[in-house]
Amino acid sequence: MTVRGPALGVAGALLLVVSLALAITVGPADIRVADVWSVVAAHLGLGSADLTPIRDGIVWQLRLPRTLLAAVCGAGLAVCGAVMQSLLRNPLADPFVLGVSSGASTGAVVVVVLGVGGGAVSVSAGAFLGALVSFALVLLLSHTLGGTTDRVVLAGVAAMQLFSALTSFVVMTAADAETTRGVLFWLLGSLGGAGWTDVWLCLAVLAVTLVVCLSYARTLDAFAFGQDAAAALGVSVARTRLVLLCVTALLTAALVSSAGAIGFVGLVLPHAARALTGPGHVRLLPVTALAGAVFLVWVDTLARTVLDPQEVPVGVVTSLIGVPAFVVVLYRTRRVR
Amino acid sequence: MSGAAGAAVSGAGLRADRVGRRADGRLILDGVVLAPGTGSTVGVLGPNGSGKSTLLRLLAGLLTPTAGVVTLDGTPLGDLPRRTVARRLAVVEQQADTQVELTVVDVVRLGRVPHRRAWTPTSADDERAVHDALQRTGLADRADQPWHTLSGGERQRVQIARALAQEPRELLLDEPTNHLDIHHQLDLLALVTGLPVTTVVALHDLNLAAMYCDEVVVLSAGRVVAGGPPGDVLTEELIAEVYGVRAAVSRDGPEQRPHVRFLGTLG
Repeated sequence: MTVRGPALGVAGALLLVVSLALAITVGPADIRVADVWSVVAAHLGLGSADLTPIRDGIVWQLRLPRTLLAAVCGAGLAVCGAVMQSLLRNPLADPFVLGVSSGASTGAVVVVVLGVGGGAVSVSAGAFLGALVSFALVLLLSHTLGGTTDRVVLAGVAAMQLFSALTSFVVMTAADAETTRGVLFWLLGSLGGAGWTDVWLCLAVLAVTLVVCLSYARTLDAFAFGQDAAAALGVSVARTRLVLLCVTALLTAALVSSAGAIGFVGLVLPHAARALTGPGHVRLLPVTALAGAVFLVWVDTLARTVLDPQEVPVGVVTSLIGVPAFVVVLYRTRRVR
Repeated sequence: MSGAAGAAVSGAGLRADRVGRRADGRLILDGVVLAPGTGSTVGVLGPNGSGKSTLLRLLAGLLTPTAGVVTLDGTPLGDLPRRTVARRLAVVEQQADTQVELTVVDVVRLGRVPHRRAWTPTSADDERAVHDALQRTGLADRADQPWHTLSGGERQRVQIARALAQEPRELLLDEPTNHLDIHHQLDLLALVTGLPVTTVVALHDLNLAAMYCDEVVVLSAGRVVAGGPPGDVLTEELIAEVYGVRAAVSRDGPEQRPHVRFLGTLG
């Protein structure tokens, strides 16, 4: 069953706005949806909020940026997953499975723990370099091993293990207890430290990536029957690969530097979205972004409330949900064969 | 008559001029000349490893020749943007498969990719081309059937419909009848040869080539050893030389086309 594009897009956007407003009200401090609107309106210069500064701060400094960052991360990871799955013709590809998130984590940890770059290199830049190095390694490895679908995943698993080991090594040998706790943030993925800077940076990169990927939407369709078939349909395969892998690596790096390595969103959400829209990327990519955003907003809400007052890292929750979904994806691809 | 293996005078259409391909120090194709007449069907024959697929890939621009040049209306393929080539020239591979859950019409619409720009909606031309392609291949009533439920023969038919949606003037097919039963083999070749396009098709089966091709070229170890109408080319001597097989060739097929009966291997 497929639903027509515009209706689905509008419904998804509405669902996202409602989810954002509702998710902000969930938590120890009692905040109503109307309060959320009035705080947002006040900060945008429309009317004044009649809330105490503390409650205003809870909405504007804590919950709003956190919820928005959840939405941006969910959207971004899901889009990266959808693009990688099509480009690599692999239903199991996503930034996490392909080791890019691990590479970004290593990059961030090297900057934070070892102080590489002497403060001139930011955590984000470290994460970006790590993501690129890891991605390049996966592409090189999978190409050397034969470039088939399963080789790409195997190369990704190898890269993931390698960079996880490197991250652990750096943390164990160089970090003190304080830094180690902070580093767990990247290893598990958490939206706890979200601030407005993170939101704007990630949103900007997400916007650029979405525009680039959407301009390649029909090109991605052409990859359905493989690289040669795409080339025979007039696609510059090498250029498309380079451009799309770079923008998705850039977006992954931005997301990981803000929220750590949140797994499985990029793997599972594109499949859910595909079931709604069908395979055409013109409709798939926006719907995937909306689905990822709504999903992560609610998963993060769950993560910060389920063991209240303790917080579960959101990456732990996505993995707990993601692993069974991963099995379902494997099972479905087995059936198609 | 434009000899398929001879040097055509005009530069019109798709031409291979003394193309060669060397990979890993091994010569796969050497000095092949091919100039299919407009609207004709040219069969590329030869044993396994004789270079048929490589020749097709060179003609499609998917590989670049290490010697010689492939031209489209006189311009080397390498000098043309890939999109421009894809609007002129469509390719059907031996076997196409996908893990994406596509319907028949989704696959046929892929043929419009080279005609469409980013950010633009589907045009009336696109819809008409897809509709015509489905009609011509007899798939109009199966447009919404999922790809992975189709048989091998049906899948090839859908790929041909996709190629037609590209609105090409040249169609290249690499052993499209592999893995098909005899009914679907005949059905597919009748469909292809009835199309108003210039067709180059690599084939294994000499009798199918004799029945459906206007001209054939025979490759052996990367070189053209014979070319011309099937009646002139497919002789007992040639089959013995190229395939190492004893055969009896009779002329009692339709239109006096040759029929090959295999008697055993030589030596």
